[in-house]
Amino acid sequence: MSKQENGRYPTEGNSITGDSLENVQGGFNRRDMMRTLLAGSLMTVGSAGLLSASGSAMALPPKRGGKMRIATQTSSTADTLDPAKTAHSTDYTRVHMFYNGLTKLDGKLGPQMVLAEEMQTNDAILWTVKLRKGVTFHDGKPLTPADVVFSLMRHKDPATASKAKVLADQIESVKASGPNEVQIKLTSANADLPVILATAQFLIIRDGTANFSMPNGTGAFKCKEFTPGVRTIAVRNEGYWKSGLPYLDEVELFGIPDEAARVNALLSGDVHWINDVNARSTGRVKSTAGYTVMETRSGQYTDLVIRQDVAPGNSMDFTLGMKYLMDREQIKSAAFRNYAVIANDQPIDPTNRFHFAGLPQRPYDPEKAKFHLQKAGVLGSTIPVVASVAATGSVDMAVLMQQSAQKIGLKLDVKRVPADGYWSNQWMKVPLGFGNINPRPSADILLTQFFKSDAQWNESGWKNAQFDQLVVAARGETDFNKRKQMYADLQTLVHEKCGIGIPVFIINLEGVSTKVKGIDPVPLGAFMNYTCAEYIWLEA
Amino acid sequence: MNGMVPRLILRRLAVAALTLLLVSACVFFITNLLPGDAAQTALGQAATPETVAALRLQYGLDVPAPLRYAQWLGNLLTGNPGMSLVNNAPVAQMIAGRLPASLMLAAVTAAVSVPLALFLGIVSAMYRGSVFDRTVNVSAVSLVSVPEFLVATVAVMIFAVKLRWLSALSHTNDATTVAAFIKAYAMPVMTLCCVIVAQMTRMTRAAVIDQLRSSYAEMALLKGVKRTRIVLRHALPNAIGPIANAVALSLSYLLGGVIIVESIFNYPGIATLMIDAVTTRDMPLVQACSMIFCAGYLLLVLTADVLAIVSNPRLKTR
Repeated sequence: MSKQENGRYPTEGNSITGDSLENVQGGFNRRDMMRTLLAGSLMTVGSAGLLSASGSAMALPPKRGGKMRIATQTSSTADTLDPAKTAHSTDYTRVHMFYNGLTKLDGKLGPQMVLAEEMQTNDAILWTVKLRKGVTFHDGKPLTPADVVFSLMRHKDPATASKAKVLADQIESVKASGPNEVQIKLTSANADLPVILATAQFLIIRDGTANFSMPNGTGAFKCKEFTPGVRTIAVRNEGYWKSGLPYLDEVELFGIPDEAARVNALLSGDVHWINDVNARSTGRVKSTAGYTVMETRSGQYTDLVIRQDVAPGNSMDFTLGMKYLMDREQIKSAAFRNYAVIANDQPIDPTNRFHFAGLPQRPYDPEKAKFHLQKAGVLGSTIPVVASVAATGSVDMAVLMQQSAQKIGLKLDVKRVPADGYWSNQWMKVPLGFGNINPRPSADILLTQFFKSDAQWNESGWKNAQFDQLVVAARGETDFNKRKQMYADLQTLVHEKCGIGIPVFIINLEGVSTKVKGIDPVPLGAFMNYTCAEYIWLEA
Repeated sequence: MNGMVPRLILRRLAVAALTLLLVSACVFFITNLLPGDAAQTALGQAATPETVAALRLQYGLDVPAPLRYAQWLGNLLTGNPGMSLVNNAPVAQMIAGRLPASLMLAAVTAAVSVPLALFLGIVSAMYRGSVFDRTVNVSAVSLVSVPEFLVATVAVMIFAVKLRWLSALSHTNDATTVAAFIKAYAMPVMTLCCVIVAQMTRMTRAAVIDQLRSSYAEMALLKGVKRTRIVLRHALPNAIGPIANAVALSLSYLLGGVIIVESIFNYPGIATLMIDAVTTRDMPLVQACSMIFCAGYLLLVLTADVLAIVSNPRLKTR
C-alpha cells in the first residue's frame, strides 16, 4: 500500500468490510485481519436474531411503492427540521429522510461514504474530502463545497444552539479547496472524523439556510407536510442521486408518547414500525402473527453517578463500596427483564471494537461493599440518592440498591423526582444520582465527552491526568493494536477509579411488522440508526 | 326582562376580562418558577453554558420577567399573541392548526353526550328506584371511577387490535367520508362520553327529582296530569338551571382536559399543545393556551347562568 493511499476511504460501492480506519492506515498484517474478521463475526452474533428474520426476504427483490407509517416515542412542538437542533429519535429519523451526511455508519459502526466520495488524511488533522458529483438539492441547485463549509462551520457558533457544538469545537476550519473538494482542519489529530461526520447534526444543508420551516436537502425524500408535534409526511424524491432508491412512495412519521398506545397502534396495523418498546410488551408483540420484536445491542446505559467533588463521593472507599453494592444480575432481570447485557463500570460496550473483554468483572459483593463503606464511615447514616424516570430504569435500580444497602446497615433514601427538568436541575448536580447515556458512535467521543477531566458532561466530576493524556494519545493513534491497548487501559482506569457505576448495557427494543423488509440494524440507534426510510420496502 | 340580562352579560364580561388578566399573570409567574427555562430545556442534556447564553439572547429571555410579561400583554391587546420560542412560528398559527380539531372533538362529544345524559337522567328520575334507574346509577358511577386511560386502552385493545373494526389512532386528516369520520371519532368520543355522561346524568336526575318532590308536582299528579307531562312541562323547566351548570362544567373539561385521549389516539388537539408548551417552557404558547382554556370556561359558565336566569321567571322579573 503506497503512502499516498494511506487513509483513503473508498466509496460506498467497494467499501472495506473491516471496521477500523486504523487497519487501513497502518497497513494490514495477518493478525489484524484475523482480529477484524473476528470482530465482524462477533457483531453478527449480536444482531443474529434480526439477520435471520430479514434473511428470508433477501431472496425476494425489493418492491417499489407503498406508504409506510413510523411511530416514535416522542414528539412535541420542539420538533425541528434543523439538523443542528435535532434532539431525539423522531428528529433524527425525520432529518435523515430529507438530508444526507458526508458519511454514514454501517452495521459495525464503521464509516461509509455518502456525499463524500472519499476522505483522505496523512496525520488525522488535515482531511481532504472529495464531494460526490451530480448531487442536487430539492430546489434543483447542485451540491457545492460552500454548502459543506456552511453546514459544518455553523455548529461552532453558539447562536446556532447546536447539539453537536462540543463535537464541532474540534474542527478548526473547513475550506473549499477545489470545485468539488473541501479541506477540514482539526485542532488536534482525530482518526474518527469520518465517524463523527455521520452524526445526525452534521447532515448537509444548503449554504445560507436560515429558515427551517421546509427542508431543502439532498435526501431521498421531499417534505410534503411538517407540523411540529403532529406529523411529518415525506414523499419520494424522484431525482434522488442514488438510483433506484428509495423504494417507498411515502413515509408518515409521528409520535405516540404512551407506550401501550404505541404497541396497540402497531398491533392493529395502524403503523409498521415503532421504537422504545417496553420489555413488558415484548411477549404481546411476539405472540401476534405478523409482528416481531427487534433487539439491538448497543452502548446505551443508565449509570449511578457518584460526584467525586463532594461528600460522600470524595471518599474513594465510598465510590468503590457503592459499585460493589450493585447486584448486576438482579438489575438485569428485575429492572430490564433480561433485555440488558451485564456491564463492568466502564462505558465501552461489547458491540464496540475497542471493548476490553479481559477486564475482570466486578461482582456483587456485600462483604467488600461493607468493608469499603465502613472505611468511608457512612454505615449507619442515611444517604439520599436521586432517581427519575428520565433516566431509564434508574428508579428500579435505586430501589434494588436500597435493599442491598439495608442488609449491610446503610440507609439509602431514594428520592424520586419528575422527568421534567431532570437534566438541567438534577443530573450532575446531586451528590448521588443517575444518568442515562445514549450510545455514541465512537469510543473516543464517549470518553472525551463524558469522562475527560475537562469534559462538558463529566458526570461524576472525575479528574485523572493519566486518563486525559491517554485519551488524547489514543485519538491520534493510527495503529489499531496500539490503539486497542490504549482503550483497554482507559477502560481499566474508569472501572477502577471513576465515580460512575454502570451495571448493564440496555438492549434497544423495537416492534416491526414483518411486511417491512430490507432491515439492516446499526447498534447505535433505532430505525437502522434513523436512516431506515431510505432503504426499506414493504412487502404486499 | 327590562334589560336585566344584557346588563348582567356586560357585567360578567367585564369580570371575565379581569379574571383573564389575573390568570395570565398567575400563569406567567408560576411557569417562571418551574425549574429551567426554554433555552435549557431546548438543549437538554447537550447544554453548555455558552449555547444556553446564546439561546437565551435569541429567545429574549435575558429581559427581566416583569418586563417580558408587560411586553406580552401589550402585544396581546393589539391582537398579537407573539412568537413561539421553541420553533419560531407565530403562536396564532400554531393554535389555528390545533384549536379547530379540539373544538370538533368537543362538539362531536357534546352532540353525543348531552342528549344521552339528559335522556338517561330524566328517565331515571321518572322511574327512580326502578331496575333501570339502579342500572344507570351503578354504571354511571363505575364508569366515572375508571380512569379514562384504562377505558381508552381497553377500547383500543378490543375494537382495534382484536376485532380490527376501528383504527387505534384517530386519523382525522383522512376523515373525508362519513364512514371515515365515524371511524376516526368513534373511540375518542366514546371514551370521553364515559367520563362526562355520568356526571351530567346524575346531576340531571337529582335536579329533576328535586322538582318532582315539590308540592306543585304533587298537585299536578293529584289533578291527574300524565307523568311525562309533569316531568317535561313542569319539572324540567325549573331544573334547567342546575342542569345547565352541570353541562357547562362537563363541557369545559372537553377543551383542556382531554390530554389523555389526545395522546392515546394521537389526536392533534390543543391540550397536547399546552403540555408541549409547558415541558419546553415556551411561555407565549403556554399563555395563549391558558387564555383560551380560561375564556372557554368563563363563556360556558356565563351561558349556563344566562340560561338559568332566562328559564326562571322569578329571576327574570327581579
